[in-house]
Amino acid sequence: MDGTERLFERMVHEHQDRVFALGLALTGNRHDAEEVAQDTFLKAYRALVTYAPDRIRELKQKAWLHRIALNVVRNRVRGVRPHLVELNGSEPDHALGTEDGALLKLELDALAVRVAGLPPRYREAVVLRHVQELSYQEAADALGQPVGTVKANVHRGLKLLRGDDYDDSDN
Amino acid sequence: MTTLTTDLKRLGEVKAPAGFADRLLAHVGMADSYARFDTVLGAVYVAWNRQGVSAASRAASAAEFEAWFRKDVGRQLVAADAPKDLATKIEDELQGRRRMRFDLRGLTPFEQAVLRKTREIPRGEIRPYGWVAREIGRPAAVRAVGTALANNPIPYFIPCHRVVRTDGQIGNYGGGGPEAKRSILTMEGVRLKRLEELARSGVRYQGVKTTKVFCYPTCHTGRHALEKNIVWLRDEASARAAGFRPCKVCRPAAVA
Repeated sequence: MDGTERLFERMVHEHQDRVFALGLALTGNRHDAEEVAQDTFLKAYRALVTYAPDRIRELKQKAWLHRIALNVVRNRVRGVRPHLVELNGSEPDHALGTEDGALLKLELDALAVRVAGLPPRYREAVVLRHVQELSYQEAADALGQPVGTVKANVHRGLKLLRGDDYDDSDN
Repeated sequence: MTTLTTDLKRLGEVKAPAGFADRLLAHVGMADSYARFDTVLGAVYVAWNRQGVSAASRAASAAEFEAWFRKDVGRQLVAADAPKDLATKIEDELQGRRRMRFDLRGLTPFEQAVLRKTREIPRGEIRPYGWVAREIGRPAAVRAVGTALANNPIPYFIPCHRVVRTDGQIGNYGGGGPEAKRSILTMEGVRLKRLEELARSGVRYQGVKTTKVFCYPTCHTGRHALEKNIVWLRDEASARAAGFRPCKVCRPAAVA
């Protein structure tokens, strides 16, 4: 296994949860989220093997993967989705055994559906800032937008999301 | 009372599905996939990746196969559903109707040379360890050839069972012991009893009087010779003295 492959393996283990969470918040369901995460890492791998060592060293992995994932989601066309390789079949999340846990998962999935239902520019801004917890500067870099635009989109997105379930204390 | 932003934060804490990383690494070719196949040889576990078939074993269980693979081959291994044509390809390969691609990365150049040479031995024929050593240009490395074949990660597919001891004894077999070696060779049409009788009487080669060519007894070029034209030869020197030359197909001796 050469250096690039080792780096990629570390990258997958370190960022898989983050990228999957991003996919879930942007698409609203776990199956699509896994496809997005898979496509994101496949694109990352194909790019990495063509990069010079210097470029790989200077890579800001988190921001880079976020940019790729955003593009993967944007480029997904309903109906002609890339086939998900289920080599082993997706196993159910074994971590959630208790009823509380199951409820939590359902609640989270319901929230993901609502987030995924936002108009794209608000959705991306909200997800990067509040789900992925990037700073405004990092989110702006990932989106290629000015910080002010991102702030405004986050604000409008949260406003749309905020229903009767939530108090109005946070901004 | 939770707030929207803390809920969103919790959404960011979901975990990727179990096995996600392994499946992904297998997909880009950094981990191997494996499945169990029912073949002419019985149940065989076979591992593969983008380069080709990388390992095979008649392990007793999936866990045993995984442990052996990780230790011997040293890559990650993921249980998988086989691509739908793979079972047919494996069956064809084991029946000698196909040449599959193999992944021999991770083996030394010497081991790779031994295994590649071994693949050239036709079904139904056998060669001595010394033949492999001579053919790959390392005539003194007979024992090393034996070791390389004993560590063959893809037995059955790379036919290490077709390499036997120079004295005609069947020799040992990494793919399940001498008994397994016997049964596979018999299945391939090798007449072991006859070969062992020849070996016991000190005969190594079969010569054909009309062509003045001598072969290994299993070589397909000598198979149609009439019984009355066959002479049994004990070694290269006496064969050459009697005016025979080595066969160019099975190459029982270096062509002078």
